[in-house]
Amino acid sequence: MTLFWILLMPLFGCLMALAARQWSRSYQALVVALFPALALALLVPLIPDVLAGEVIRYGFAWLPLLGLNFSLQLDGLSLLFTLLILGIGLLVILYARYYLSTRDSMPRFYAFLLLFMLAMLGIVLSGNLLQMWFFWELTSISSFLLISYWSHQPDARKGARMALTVTAAGGLALLAGILLIGQILGSYELSEILPQTAKLQQHAAYPVVLLLVLLGAFTKSAQFPFHFWLPNAMAAPTPVSAYLHSATMVKAGIFLLARLYPLLSGTDLWFLTVTLTGLSTLLVGAYFALFQHDIKGLLAYSTISHLGLITLLLGLDTDLAAVAAIFHIINHAIFKASLFMTAGIIDHETGSRDMRKINGLWGFMPVTATLAMVASASMAGVPLLNGFLSKEMFFTQTIHQGVLGSLSWLIPVLATVAAIFAVAYSARFIHDVFFNGQPIGLTKTPHEPPRYMRVPMEILVALCVLVGVFPELMIGSLLQQAAVAVLAAPPPAYSLAIWHGLNVPLLMSVVALIGGILLYINRKALFMFQAGFNETKAIYRFEAFIQRLVRRCRNSIEQIENGSFQRYILLLLLALLALAGAPLLELQQLRGQRAALPFDGLVIVGAILLIVAAVATVMVVRQRLLALVMISVVGLMVSLAFVRFSAPDLALTQLSVEVVTVVLLMLALYFLPHKSVKQSSSGHLVRDFTLASAIGVVVGSLAYAMMTNDSASISSYFLQNAKSGGGGTNVVNVILVDFRGFDTLGEITVLGIAALGILKLLTGIPRFMASADGEGRLWSKDRHPLLLAVISQALLPLALIVSVYIFFRGHNLPGGGFVAGLITAVAMILQYVAKGVDWVKPRLKVEYSTLIAIGILLATVTGLASWLFDRPFLTSWFDYFDVPLIGQIELASAIAFDLGVYFTVVGASLLILANLGKITTRYRPVHKEPS
Amino acid sequence: MMELLMSIVIGVLTACGVLMMLRARTFAVMLGLTMLSYAVNLFIFVSGGLTAGKGAVLGRSDIYSDPLPQALVLTAIVIGFAMTAFLVILAIRARADLGNDHVDGNSGKSQEDSA
Repeated sequence: MTLFWILLMPLFGCLMALAARQWSRSYQALVVALFPALALALLVPLIPDVLAGEVIRYGFAWLPLLGLNFSLQLDGLSLLFTLLILGIGLLVILYARYYLSTRDSMPRFYAFLLLFMLAMLGIVLSGNLLQMWFFWELTSISSFLLISYWSHQPDARKGARMALTVTAAGGLALLAGILLIGQILGSYELSEILPQTAKLQQHAAYPVVLLLVLLGAFTKSAQFPFHFWLPNAMAAPTPVSAYLHSATMVKAGIFLLARLYPLLSGTDLWFLTVTLTGLSTLLVGAYFALFQHDIKGLLAYSTISHLGLITLLLGLDTDLAAVAAIFHIINHAIFKASLFMTAGIIDHETGSRDMRKINGLWGFMPVTATLAMVASASMAGVPLLNGFLSKEMFFTQTIHQGVLGSLSWLIPVLATVAAIFAVAYSARFIHDVFFNGQPIGLTKTPHEPPRYMRVPMEILVALCVLVGVFPELMIGSLLQQAAVAVLAAPPPAYSLAIWHGLNVPLLMSVVALIGGILLYINRKALFMFQAGFNETKAIYRFEAFIQRLVRRCRNSIEQIENGSFQRYILLLLLALLALAGAPLLELQQLRGQRAALPFDGLVIVGAILLIVAAVATVMVVRQRLLALVMISVVGLMVSLAFVRFSAPDLALTQLSVEVVTVVLLMLALYFLPHKSVKQSSSGHLVRDFTLASAIGVVVGSLAYAMMTNDSASISSYFLQNAKSGGGGTNVVNVILVDFRGFDTLGEITVLGIAALGILKLLTGIPRFMASADGEGRLWSKDRHPLLLAVISQALLPLALIVSVYIFFRGHNLPGGGFVAGLITAVAMILQYVAKGVDWVKPRLKVEYSTLIAIGILLATVTGLASWLFDRPFLTSWFDYFDVPLIGQIELASAIAFDLGVYFTVVGASLLILANLGKITTRYRPVHKEPS
Repeated sequence: MMELLMSIVIGVLTACGVLMMLRARTFAVMLGLTMLSYAVNLFIFVSGGLTAGKGAVLGRSDIYSDPLPQALVLTAIVIGFAMTAFLVILAIRARADLGNDHVDGNSGKSQEDSA
């Protein structure tokens, strides 16, 4: 539980930063710093347990079906990173208080920073891979926000976009890798997957998993060839660079490698990929660092180089390489954060970061200069400082490894070369900035920074020295436990002593120091050589690439999506043809074994009528009224087909729907042009006709195959259980209101939504009304026909009685809520047709949308009621009662459900038609009763 | 042989529906969709096989027609009506807003021809 609170603290801090925006700057910083400090305070009591080898866990099931649990764990490795994140985070908060100018929005900065801190803590404390990935992406997003903090600068926007693109793309690869791991090992919990090393590494997909995970880690940790985003991310405010781009975020990739080290490492593929990537990153970073004129650029490339060094260590096959890697993670975070802070102070006090302008600052800020000199000496690997110790360990490991077989000697040699460059760029950082003549063309006169701005640096530099002199005392046990976590076993014995005697690693250090100084002294020639390259900046190439990509995507989208509805339908139908036609090709013979029904004269006549009417509809489609008449013939014949083939419920429904549909289409005709203007070109007609025939043939054949072949059906279940389980003999109705009641509930909801959508479409419809019909005849001004009015009025009570009857018998005989609702609706619509909206409206004060709501509510409540009896949603109840005079009657909860269906159907049909009808009335030339 | 007749009917209805759905005027598309709904409803209905003169009401006969496709089709008819209605109103609204009844709303000046 404490872990959970630790994780939540930055979130509170983030919210607090936004809440405290009215306060003075110092108070804002103070209140924000309070939360990481609290988290640290919560963490401290846990430290002794973790150092004693205990793993603290906390978690609860979140989405157990997906294998996603909320799970936190604190072991040595997590503890190390948590301390770095919270500790350096606190220092950065303090530092940023003085770094940010009054023009910068402090709440925004602190909110983003704390959000990032939350994400980072989430990664290192996660005990579940999926959850870890979530926080991983959160770091990408919050780092995007932080890099683009000065969003008015194009560099910041571009740099942020580049960082996000690269790290998020890697994040997607990582997600794929994690999902594969979950598939193979059956869990995402670290505690469950880490012991299954053998199973994963013997799996055929292991190389894919490894490469995907490595892609994620390498992009995040700016490994070659994905390193280019890091120098461009230097457009961020310097506290961000100190925090994200040296101490924490770029270490997330390394953390992932360390976290999954027991699971993924140990194979040749791992050694080779990780070693070579680390080695090339180490060299590339060290080489380019020397040529940067921007102080932060130099530090960025140096960071890349050091990240490469750590990666290289994780890829070596010696026992202690991982220990050395962890050690260097700590050391690098400490000295690099302080160096970035130096860069920020210099930027802040001189207004420039260009080393060609900033010279001789020793005279202006001696204290800062001294601190920076100690930190960069540590970066160069000078004895008595922490950087020296881990570099020595690194050299020792390069000598003892055998990753490259007979070429393994190359690694220590190249490591020394990189170290020479590291000394050279460290020397440049010191010499160029603090000595080397006087400042050139600075806008400000440099001076020492505010007292407290230097405090974070002082603390970090003190740590450099303390760790460098008393390594065992300072971090011995932490390193030991972190190593246990990474190796999943106690590491072999090692010594953190400063002096190991005269040996090869010491020799390598000496060579690097002397070589580096010599290289720096003779740098002019190398600079000339480097100037010979006509290199375009990575950011321009990247931008150009992205723009090309966007343009291509847009073009191909326009190719496919050209705005023609007919074309979309055509493509859809072609796909349908392919999907439905392909299985038919595999079928040997359409005709199945099932006994066929004999021909029947009446049916033949009906079928011919139906076909003629359908074809006629197509033929006369441009004479719209006639087409409408034809299609209603089709609908009528379909209803008769339902009658003939034993589906009375369907016939009743189809017949009522038919009436409503035709009325609706007639109303639509009133609003649409009455004649079609143009004809399709012959080419299009032939194409469409061919496609339509092909689909007709395929669907017809499928239907024939389906009808003549026997197939196992689940229908017998419904037939057997309708009476005993649902209490009704009309199986169709019992299925609707009982077995599949939930489906029906969904369907009436859709009906209600469609009706409300229509209502919305009809409100505020612009007036677009022809004053005459297609032939130029004016609208009829006749009164509503008297005969129809009288008959419809007389029919109304009869129709209502019929619908009540149909409704109640529905459970046992053909009928039910759907049919009854439609009959009621038809009877009502007849009133509208016969007497007009103006007549009906004042006489029928029913809000149809309320009716829909009542219907859906009734059905839902009926379903919910079963919860009162501890039954699942929509369990139905029925029983038989003896009523005097009437006899035995049945009461079923399904009746109430069906009543909901009834209300919804009535409400929806009338809502649609009455509202459409109302519009026609409103715009029609008003008919005046003869007085 | 009633099955053969039924398949022909379904095939013709489908073909007519598809042909009309490919037209460029909204009214034709509405009729096409209605026609296609008939075809699809019949198609689902016959998936249980054809039975003549025997309903799905218990106690009325020894053999029952398949109740499941009937239940499916019953709701399909109602939902189909809702969908057609929505399409009709959409077409009316499009006409009112755009001033024409072309499916692309551009008075037939697209690459495809109109009917």
